[in-house]
Amino acid sequence: MKRIQTEILVIGGGATGTGVAWDAALRGFQTVLVEKRDLTHGTTGRYHGLLHSGARYVLKDADSAVECIRENRILRRTHTHCIEDTGGLFIVTPEDEDDYPDRFAAACRRLDIPCDEIPASTALLREPLLNPRISRVFELPDAAADSFLAAHATAQAARQAGALLLPYHELTGLHLSGGDGNRAVSAAAVLDTVSGEELRIDADLVINAAGAWCGQVAALAGVEVNMILGKGVMLATNARLTNTVINRCKMPGDGDILVPIHTVSVIGTTDQQVSDPENLSIEQWEIDLMLTEGDKLVPGLSRSRILRAWAGVRPLYHEPPSSHEPGHRPAPHPDGRASQPEAKPASPASRDATRALALLDHEQRDGLSGFITITGGKWTTFRLMAESAVDAACAQLGAARPCRTAETPVPGVEQGHYWLGHRLDEVESANQQSELICECELVTRSMLEGAAQRNPTVTLDDLRRDVRLGMGPCQGGFCTYRAVGVLHQLRSDETATDAADWKVAHIQSPAHHHLDGPPADGDPAEPAPAAQPDSRRPSPAIDPAAAVSQPNLLLRDFLQERWKGVVPILWGDQLRQERLDELIYLSILNADHLPADEGQSPLSEFYRTGFSYQDPA
Amino acid sequence: MNQDSPPVAAMQSIQPNSVGISLNACIKCNICVSYCPVSEVTDSFPGPKYAAPQSERFREIGYPYFQDAAGDNPSPPGRGRVPDASVDYCSGCRVCNEVCPTGVRIAEINARARARIVAAEGLSLRNRLLGRSDLLGRVGSVAPALANALLHHPLSRRLAAVLFGVAERAPLPRWHNRTFSRWLKRTRSRRLRSERKVVYFHGCATQHYEPFVGMAAVLVLEHLGYEVVVPPQSCCGLPLLSNGEFSAAETYHRRNVAQFADYIQAGYPILGASTSCTLTLKEEAPELLDLEGDEGTQALKRNTWDIFEWLRERENQGQLPAGLGPLNNGQEPFILPYHAPCQLRAHRIGKPALDLLALIPGIDLRESHARCCGIAGTYGLKSEKYQIAMDVGAELFDFVAAQGNTSDPAVQGAVSFTACDSETCRWQLEHGAGLPSRHPIELLAASYGLYDLQARQPLNEN
Repeated sequence: MKRIQTEILVIGGGATGTGVAWDAALRGFQTVLVEKRDLTHGTTGRYHGLLHSGARYVLKDADSAVECIRENRILRRTHTHCIEDTGGLFIVTPEDEDDYPDRFAAACRRLDIPCDEIPASTALLREPLLNPRISRVFELPDAAADSFLAAHATAQAARQAGALLLPYHELTGLHLSGGDGNRAVSAAAVLDTVSGEELRIDADLVINAAGAWCGQVAALAGVEVNMILGKGVMLATNARLTNTVINRCKMPGDGDILVPIHTVSVIGTTDQQVSDPENLSIEQWEIDLMLTEGDKLVPGLSRSRILRAWAGVRPLYHEPPSSHEPGHRPAPHPDGRASQPEAKPASPASRDATRALALLDHEQRDGLSGFITITGGKWTTFRLMAESAVDAACAQLGAARPCRTAETPVPGVEQGHYWLGHRLDEVESANQQSELICECELVTRSMLEGAAQRNPTVTLDDLRRDVRLGMGPCQGGFCTYRAVGVLHQLRSDETATDAADWKVAHIQSPAHHHLDGPPADGDPAEPAPAAQPDSRRPSPAIDPAAAVSQPNLLLRDFLQERWKGVVPILWGDQLRQERLDELIYLSILNADHLPADEGQSPLSEFYRTGFSYQDPA
Repeated sequence: MNQDSPPVAAMQSIQPNSVGISLNACIKCNICVSYCPVSEVTDSFPGPKYAAPQSERFREIGYPYFQDAAGDNPSPPGRGRVPDASVDYCSGCRVCNEVCPTGVRIAEINARARARIVAAEGLSLRNRLLGRSDLLGRVGSVAPALANALLHHPLSRRLAAVLFGVAERAPLPRWHNRTFSRWLKRTRSRRLRSERKVVYFHGCATQHYEPFVGMAAVLVLEHLGYEVVVPPQSCCGLPLLSNGEFSAAETYHRRNVAQFADYIQAGYPILGASTSCTLTLKEEAPELLDLEGDEGTQALKRNTWDIFEWLRERENQGQLPAGLGPLNNGQEPFILPYHAPCQLRAHRIGKPALDLLALIPGIDLRESHARCCGIAGTYGLKSEKYQIAMDVGAELFDFVAAQGNTSDPAVQGAVSFTACDSETCRWQLEHGAGLPSRHPIELLAASYGLYDLQARQPLNEN
């Protein structure tokens, strides 16, 4: 079995995990990150894209609000290009309670969140689709954030600082050493889910940043972490309805956020407590609720074209009061049951659970050293979560190294804030119009090839997260077969396995990607990372030796994945679209009888079982 | 609308713009791409799907579903940049709209995008001038001979090409020595007075360049027993719309709405021989300018007819007088290649001119199925687009040439005219095919023995 030795091992490749790896590597720790699937495959890749000003939580969750506004200011500097400076409007509709707006404005002032009341008429001029019956409007520094790009940029910053990132490496076990009194996590057993190889990673300290999966990871260390999993359903519209983030000015509830993110508007969310972070069903009532509530923000939203529905799961945590005491050392729980006192109050419902970050130092909490869990929080506060986790790690490891992430921009910030026309502008200026593979989202061939060659890619869905492949109106109808063809060509191309450094800053830039070319004699701003397995070995999806690179498998998996999100909203224009897609794939290409039936990628099962279509019959 | 009135009240009346909302209907099927005559001949235009439903999702200025630079409601502040330039190479021919199976208003989405570019970046002097066919017409009509000598002198054309980017060889019209209005005035005593009245919308081209088309229309309408009322009127605004000057176009449009209101009230139909002008009154102005909810605009829209659409209605009612005679003394079949312009096809009324011309004895109508002549109003006049327009038109020019092929035994006699309902298309057709082109109303007038097809003037008129 292969063995790796490191100082810090990070579990989870979402916003938090990549943030932790970045922070730890910047502080000079030898760092390895394992993620069981692609980076951002979990909650990070399923969020609405709102960079909070904190205002949403001022009256309900002041701790979280303060964290949000502080991080909002920092991320605008460190992740500039991942953020579109849309601004945010909190609107008071006729249904919203009378005294909330004044209490809201006062709380914003108290917490130092810039909040300006503007005339409703001004807001309606700026956003003509808003409910014309709004009475008051507050302007706040909310923004839209691309969580895929941000995680990639953070991951690249971590690599440049020396971290090793291993996607498609699933944690299968944690080795504990020592006896009573000095128990510690000392190593992790990891499975490479693509090759099937096992790996042992010896680490001085393990940071559990697995988000909604934190409880499962902690269980491997014999520690109980009771997560409150709040499932949120979101819908994307065909095109933007507003260019500003819209919030209802009321106590946070369901379907009261509308975020313009890239080419779409996302309406969200529901908040349903679930037990399993893996198989999230989308229920009809959740879709209906989003549409009904959406109409209160933008009348007519429910009749607009909806492209897709999806669900993410919030990793919320509420520490039971009794286990909070320092020095509390519960005995190991052989029965796997909670050790909380019988009298403990029931966990709050997920809508009421705090959005503030939760740092669990298991040395203090459970008497288990070398193990830290960082969870709770928001995407907006991922950097702060990472900072707290690595601070705690420093304390456990006896190292005094200050956090540097707040002052260290990730690669790509020189591009400035994202703007909606960014891709179209670049396609036009570089005359790349005939190079489009995904026409809806303007993904050029060179973008796709660059991502497939330079980022560990197992499925087309991984490429979707990299470059937005298949995320537009046709939901993969026209780009799936093209992308498969491109990958097949790379697979049979001898030179394609040359895994050059991936210029992650330009991952979403058609023109830059086209012009970057092979790495030259070194960009001083981006020192080449040390040779590392994840960036040097060919992507499985284009490796002729890898089973997952079968074109039929790639095609079938991606169609299944796209279908999953379309099923809950099959009506109107999108139904007509799916009928065309069906004619292309099932009638012309006979895609449901492709000779790949035996083939499985690590995600085939996930794509197949994820949706909750129930035949009424 | 009073500028002081609270915008909130204004907003409550906002209806989704039918052009913008049609964006949602695109299923990316590529049918528009395979029919687009422009993207077929040039890489400068990436195609209708790319330019309209795709790019619209990336345009920050304005709102895809709602109003833009024009309309009652002030435009939202132009925050943001203009990401694309290639949409300007859309000729606006509307072939895409015609073939789209889901009803996306592709050409109009492009026109709106161009207007946003103009609003953000301004307009060249050339496009400003080309958009003002009304003004150009009036200026030249002061001294038509001098204006023609100046404009059509090879040296001036060279200068215009170098200084303004007006293509040297592009088919520019000649001012006529008297305007349509002056002819009407001069012949006032001879004009028919009748209880039955129609209003005639002549448009800029008939007024200044081709008054004889208006004369033919008046003669035919009077022959049917209708008095032709020609009130003061403005340009329909189409050249401004296609050059992206929406607010100027709106001024013209509102003037027309006001000028025709009383006649509409009195129940007179408004007839036009220029299919592009009538299309603008019927559809383009209301949709592009967000005036679909405007009552006056609606009234004008409902009462505007293409002249042949209205004549076909008379024919269907049995009201068309007999007496249509052959056009070439009945010696041999009169071969007439006919091209239905894109603007006419956008009316979605079939091809009424073709229906009526078919009644002329001895006529051998040859219908062109070419997608577009290429000119698209002022598009083909521009230096950078001239060759594109000629390449698009090649389909039509080749068709016309093939009709005169005397080696074909089915063909007897030479082709001496082509026919087309739109003025700029006729100019392009003459330029590209080398044959004189006539408006179908001229042919109908000639067939009734009212009009000299060769000399382009009324018969029996001094």
